[in-house]
Amino acid sequence: MTPRQKRFAAVGLGLLTLGGATALVLNAFQSNLVFFFTPTQVVNGEVPKGRSFRIGGMVEEGSLRREADGLTVHFVVTDTAQRVPVTYKGILPDLFKEGKGAVAQGQLGADGTFIASEVLAKHDENYMPPEAAEALAKAKAAGAQSSKTVIVQPQ
Amino acid sequence: MKINWSKYSAPLAFYPLAGKMIPWFGTVAALTIAVGLYIGLLVAPTDFQQGEAYRIIFVHVPAAWMSMFLYVVMAGWAAVGLGLNARLSFMMTQAIAPTGAMFTFLALVTGAMWGKPTWGAWWVWDARLTSELILLFQYAGVMLLRTSIDDQRRADRASGVCALVGVVNIPIIYFSVQWWNTLHQGASVSMTAAPKMATIMLTGMLLMTFGFWMYSLAVILSRVRCVILERESLQLWSKPSSVAEAVEVR
Repeated sequence: MTPRQKRFAAVGLGLLTLGGATALVLNAFQSNLVFFFTPTQVVNGEVPKGRSFRIGGMVEEGSLRREADGLTVHFVVTDTAQRVPVTYKGILPDLFKEGKGAVAQGQLGADGTFIASEVLAKHDENYMPPEAAEALAKAKAAGAQSSKTVIVQPQ
Repeated sequence: MKINWSKYSAPLAFYPLAGKMIPWFGTVAALTIAVGLYIGLLVAPTDFQQGEAYRIIFVHVPAAWMSMFLYVVMAGWAAVGLGLNARLSFMMTQAIAPTGAMFTFLALVTGAMWGKPTWGAWWVWDARLTSELILLFQYAGVMLLRTSIDDQRRADRASGVCALVGVVNIPIIYFSVQWWNTLHQGASVSMTAAPKMATIMLTGMLLMTFGFWMYSLAVILSRVRCVILERESLQLWSKPSSVAEAVEVR
């Protein structure tokens, strides 16, 4: 090998080693790098006990309830498999909606209710004009209707 | 006509060539960014859930892409420089770093401005945001390491190695939203799937990206010209004729 090829080989080999080492480190830290835990993990007890953590998922449709003081809210966070009730006192972000994603930081109470100190909205990666969203919702509703009829038909 | 490309690896030969290219890239950048901003701010429709706040996407996403892309290009030049011992390669590394850092900063700031109205927080320590912040520190590290070493060759090699080592962060930034639970949303545009956004929004965003790309080329080429003048001053001094050639042939 010429000195030039040797230098390129050294650079390549160095990068390869570094990449491998990084992959191993990231793999080892896998569980520590998550921003939030899912309701399933909460129910299974895979969350840190006695200290604050974040829980993330979908705000269940029809679960949002506001107390008389106008500030305290109750809602349920779900990942469709498990549900965790959340209580929060404070102002919710604008994009916080039922059926949309949310991340709450706080502690798990003794009764299994999550007492949140901060609630963040998690929006998705879809961008479209409102008319398109409406059309999509309509098509989805129509799709749900037709699938229902399929189930009904055999009876 | 066959052009002898390797001739341009000599800094003083590259100097006039870069000077000729700058106005072209600059003009294209100005035009594309103007059209991109027009489409993004005036033509593109309001988003169905985020309202008008989403429009920051037209600066945020192209800036974030450029921050990662420029780092890879910078590290690439560093690798070529380390392998070939070519002066111009290291000069390119030196010229790219500030622009890359600027785009990283822009991505972070616009992201914070976007995060407050949509998420409800200026900043969160999720994997995407944290790794992008680390990228800013990496750019700073590469620049600082260069300026902290007086010997030019050692400065080149040390900052080159530093840039190369940091390249492992790029896939981490890019895939962070897939690998871990993050507050940051996933990719709307990817190589493997159809874009998850309306066509007119995508057009504006891609135009802005192209515009930022052309801007980077123009700015980096002007900066590399300054670097050439600065670092080749001894050679220019010893050969007055080359000064005239390099400085007058713009």
